[in-house]
This record gives sequence, C-alpha cells and structure tokens, in this order.
Amino acid sequence: MINEALFFSAVLFTIGVVGVLTRRNAIIIFMCVELMLNAVNLTFVAFSKLYGAAGQIFVIFVMTVAAAEAAVGLAIIISIFRHRETVNLQNINLLKG
Amino acid sequence: MHYDLALPSGLMAALVPEIIVVSGAMLLLLWAVWRPESDVHQRNVAIGAAGVTLLAAAAVVYYMVSDASSGPGVIAVDRFRWASDLLFLLATLIAIALSSDFSKREGITTAESHVLILLATSGMMLLAAARDLIILFLGIELMSISVYVLAGLYRRSARASEAALKYFLLGAFSTGFLLYGIALVYGAAGSTNFTDIGRVVSERGFGALPMLQIGLALLVVGFAFKIGAAPFHMWTPDVYEGAPTPYTAYMAAGVKAAAFAAFIRVWLEAFPGTIEFGPPYKVLWWLAVATMVIGNVVALAQKNVKRLLAYSSIAHAGYILVGVLVATPLGASAFLFYLVAYTLATMGAFAVVIALEEVGERNQNVQDYAGLWRVRPWLAIAMAVFMLALLGFPIAGGMGFFAKWYILQAALDRSQFYLSVYLVLTSVVSAGYYLSVVMVMFMRPRAEGAPLPSRVPRATGIVIAATAVVLLVFGIFPSPVLRFARDNTITIAPPSAAASPRAGALVPAANSH
Amino acid sequence: MEIRAYLPLLLLMGFVIMNAVMMLGLSHLTMRSRPTAVKQSAYESGIPPLGDARERFSVKFYLVAMLFIIFDIETVFMIPWASHYRQLSCAVPLSNGLCPAGNTSFFGLGEMLVFMLILFVGLAYVWKKGALQWD
Repeated sequence: MINEALFFSAVLFTIGVVGVLTRRNAIIIFMCVELMLNAVNLTFVAFSKLYGAAGQIFVIFVMTVAAAEAAVGLAIIISIFRHRETVNLQNINLLKG
Repeated sequence: MHYDLALPSGLMAALVPEIIVVSGAMLLLLWAVWRPESDVHQRNVAIGAAGVTLLAAAAVVYYMVSDASSGPGVIAVDRFRWASDLLFLLATLIAIALSSDFSKREGITTAESHVLILLATSGMMLLAAARDLIILFLGIELMSISVYVLAGLYRRSARASEAALKYFLLGAFSTGFLLYGIALVYGAAGSTNFTDIGRVVSERGFGALPMLQIGLALLVVGFAFKIGAAPFHMWTPDVYEGAPTPYTAYMAAGVKAAAFAAFIRVWLEAFPGTIEFGPPYKVLWWLAVATMVIGNVVALAQKNVKRLLAYSSIAHAGYILVGVLVATPLGASAFLFYLVAYTLATMGAFAVVIALEEVGERNQNVQDYAGLWRVRPWLAIAMAVFMLALLGFPIAGGMGFFAKWYILQAALDRSQFYLSVYLVLTSVVSAGYYLSVVMVMFMRPRAEGAPLPSRVPRATGIVIAATAVVLLVFGIFPSPVLRFARDNTITIAPPSAAASPRAGALVPAANSH
Repeated sequence: MEIRAYLPLLLLMGFVIMNAVMMLGLSHLTMRSRPTAVKQSAYESGIPPLGDARERFSVKFYLVAMLFIIFDIETVFMIPWASHYRQLSCAVPLSNGLCPAGNTSFFGLGEMLVFMLILFVGLAYVWKKGALQWD
C-alpha cells in the first residue's frame, strides 16, 4: 500500500506544481499550493505506517500551518483586490525591473 | 549547565529566550489593541518590543556565558545557536527602531507591526535551534507568515500589497518543496531528527538512498527560495522594492540569516561529510556561482536603490553559500563573521534609504541621491561606508573587507580555487554599482530644484550612526568579532576536517595552497 | 490487493451510471419542448428566484470564515493530547495503562492550559479589534 500512496501523493504534488506554474489567478494558484501541501501530508501518513507516529504529528502541524497561511494569504489577496479590482497576476505589474 | 531535553522541564529551560520573545509578543499584542490607535501608542509598543528584544538578548548571553549544553533532542543547545540568536535580535532591534520611525512618517498607526517583528524573530530563533525537521518547519513558517503580513501591512500602498502577494505565493510554493523534501528525508531515514538522519546517512551511505537524494534536492530548492539564491531569486527584487523599507531591511538581513543558519545546520548535522559525495555538493557549487554572477551582473542595471540592494543581497547570498559549501569549522566561522558584517551593512544601507525617502515611498532612485554630500554630508559618508562594506573594500569598508577575506581564505583552504576566482571576479563586478552610488552622492551636482531631504528621525539616525561606527571600528580591530565567530562556530565537523592542519586558524596569512 | 472485494462497488457504480443515462435519455426522447418563462427559471425550492446566484458576498463573511478556520483547526492538537493524556498526567511511565499511585503530574493539564491561554490571547485580540462585530 505504501508504494501506491507515495505514487499517488507524488502525482498530486506534481499536479499542484504544474497548476502553480500555469495558472494566472491568485486564488487558483493558492489552491494549487494547498494541493501540494496535502500531497505531502499523504506522504507523511504513508511513512508513518512504517516509522510510527512522528509522521502523523507532522501532518497535524502542516494542517495548522496551512490554515494560518490560508488566512494570511486570503487577506493579502483581498487587499490587492481592493487596489486593483482583479486577482489575475497578469494585471498585477506595478513592480518591474 | 546541562539540559536534559528528554524531560519537559529541560526542554522548557532550554527554550527560555524563545519563550520570552513569544510571551512578550503576546502581551504587547494585547496592549497594542487595548488602546486606541495613535502614533504615541505605536511608539510605546515599539519601545516595549525593543525591551522584550533586549531581555531575550540578556537571556541568550546568559546561556552563552554559562556554557549551556544538552543531551540529544529536538533542539540544539550550542554556541552557534546563541550567536545566531544574538544576530537575529540585533536585526530585530534595528528593524523595530526603523519601523517605528517609518510608521510615524507614513502615518501608519497600527502598533501590531512591532509585535509581528517579534513573532518573526521567535521563528528565526527556532530555526537557529532546530535539530529536528518539525522544529525547522515550524520556525520557517512562523517567520515567513509573520513577514508576509509585514510586507502587506501598509495597505494604502498598492505596491506593498503586490509585493506581499508575490512574496506570499512564492513563499508558500517554496514551502511546498521544502516540506516534500522533509517528507522524503523522513521516509528514507525513518526519523526527523538531524542526529538520527546523520547516522543513517553515514552508516548506509548517501548514494544507497535514492529517496534521500531526492529529498535533499527538494530541501535545497526550498532553502534556495528562502535565501534568494539564483535561479530561485525571481521574487526578491519585486518584494524588496514593494515592501515597506524597514521590513525590506528586516527581510534582507534577518530572514536571510535565519534561513542560512538553519541550512548550515541541516547541511552539517543531517548530511555530514557532504563535501565527500559528489552530486549535492556540485549542485550547491553551481547554485553559489550562479547566485554570485546573476546577482552582481543584474544589479548593474538597477536604478532604484531598493532594487539595487535586493540584487546586492542576492549576490551576498552567493558569497555566504561559499562559506556553507566549505564545510569546515573555518568555513562556518567565516560564515558567521560574514553574517554579522552583512547584517550591519545591509540594515544600515536600508536605514539611509528610509532617511532619504519621502512620504509615499518617493525618492528611491539612485539619481535622487545626487549631490547628497552637499546637503547631508554625514548621511552621504554613512552610505558610502555601507556601500564599501558591501563591496568588501579595505579600511573604509570596515568589516566588509575581512568578511570577504575570511570566506575567501576558507575556500582556498579547501582548495576551492575556481570558487575563489568567481568570488573575486564577481566582487570586482559589484564595484560597478556600489561605487556608482558613492560617485553619484559625492561627485554629481544636486538636481535643479530638488528639495532638501527632510530631517532624519532620531531612531533612524542612531541606527545609521551606530551601524556605520561599528562597521568601521571592527573593520580596524576585527579580532573581537573574529574570536566571537570562531568560538561560536557550529561544532559538528565533517570527518575530513580533522585532516586539515590549518582548520581553526583564521589569521590572515599567506596561503600555502 | 483483492480486486474481487471491489466487485459490489463496481456493480453499484455501473447501475448508477446506467440508471442516470436511462432516465435522462428516456425523458429526452419522449419530451416535447414547450418552454414558458416559469419553466425556464431556476428552481429554488418553489420560491421565485431572487437575482443571480453569482452574487458578491460581503467581505465580512470572509473574516468570520477565516477566524473560524484558525480557531477550528487548533482543536486538532487536542486529539493527540487527549489520546496521550493518561501518560501526560503521570510523572513516571505507565504500568498496565495505569499511573502508579502518588505519581500524578499536572504537566499534561498545564500544557493544555497554556495552549488555551495562547488561543485566548488571540480571541481577546480579535474581539477587541472589533472583528467579531458584524456592523
């Protein structure tokens, strides 16, 4: 079972990475990041079957951190929406070299 | 004092500085919100935060002096941790002072910014202490999330919001990589503890563990994002330019130093003897070279001072990576010395930027500094010192010269000939932009009708003066800082380090290689 | 893995898909199209629909949802704490799942109290900041 779980989580992680790299909407990018984190969670749970509880504890920490990150991230996205009326990264271009 | 980290009481006792910072931050948070927002209140909270920082620094010094040690556990109790903590607390103190002045000028009355700085600092201190991947992850996130908020705190500025969004998205993305790396290392080694991972690596051999290799690669990617090493540096200039300047200074000095402190511990403790096995070492080698080259070359084209300093900080990440690569005690102490000099020079330079920018984040271009010598001679001199220190110029650049010299020496000591050549060559390139700032300040005439810069706020002025003087004084007498760096270097030495006869000797001398 | 164990699930899925296709297909075949305004409006439990479903929500909903997430997810730490509470409240390792007499410790309880205190600081901040006020 562990191999399948690891494979599955690797696929999920890749989907997340590809999503972050190809999408342009800040919210969707953020959702893809969350997908990456959850893929990692799956990896941790799979390994904790081998090595005991440390992996599961890690999952709990990742979940809480992800929640905090979501709160902060959505606040940032809202504040940019108030300025620009869009969350599309293509239109967010004040800072350029 | 010996702390038994297996016992809850021992663990708590070994975490007192962090506990001081966190509980201080929570009390200040309540105090910050209990009074109506005003500039006076914001200043008071800043003073409180500075007090908490000093208290934590006193605790750290106590642990340092009492030679604290510990049994195995999730955190490290060693001198490297205390030295890094002192460095972070210094950066915190400066950031709080700058942030308070900045808030006053821009009319920001939220006092929470100082609390957020303290929370980020507690994350950095955890990073310096981490001897377990869980603590490492928590430290990185505590630090990063607080800094995301700091970057976007100035809500009236569209640029700050944009910087915060970019920082947040790329930061969260890199966290994903870091975390996946952690998961794979855990899967390969069966433990999240650095000591256990190190044991597995040295017993079974790095080459025999493919999952560990992938895990390490992902970890390196995650760290490279956090320290802003090329080719993962793309966020740095935008974020540094857009974020409010005090927090940019804090990011450039504190966040970077903390990520490095954690990275060097992972590198030396969890993957001992990395210098012996090929691929990861090579990857890091290329990362260092690419970072030095890209940072310095692109910096040449920058017109905005904050952007210029951002690329300069990328370049310095490259130099510091050289210190990490040379995994010897000599390299580690050169690394620490470099971080001290870099923190002082960078924060000083950003303090000058704050002193010169006007309400609404104007006056940030190099051209705006033209003729500064005529109107604000002391500011011009201080900025020149910081620029020369970042360049690594002898005498006038103060500690900056010795910082680079020790890194170079450590690299040559390990026969890193090409790395040293790249370091020297890119430093020569960096003269192009550092010296052009100095030239603009001293040799160009003041632009027609340019208004006089407004008076330098008190705390900012003190920061500028203190960092410049310290840089100069320890540039002439570097031995105290040198001894500090040598005494507090990370103690785990790779197996081969004992073979190097000159390990530990840091006096500038003719090199035998 | 035993594929046969999944056979009932597979059968159920097949049945569901077939049923759905059959119902839609049959009604499509026998239907005569006579649209009226009432028939074409969206079905909202029999009440005439009020505006578009894709309305903008007030940002206040977001604030409440965010606070909910933060405080909700913290309870996840109580699960491992509760499952280890017996050991955490005992100063020596448990014997036969019980704490030897006279070894009760308040470490576990104190730890959770500290945790709660930190959460409470957060709540007090949010309250005082006015984030719980709807208007």
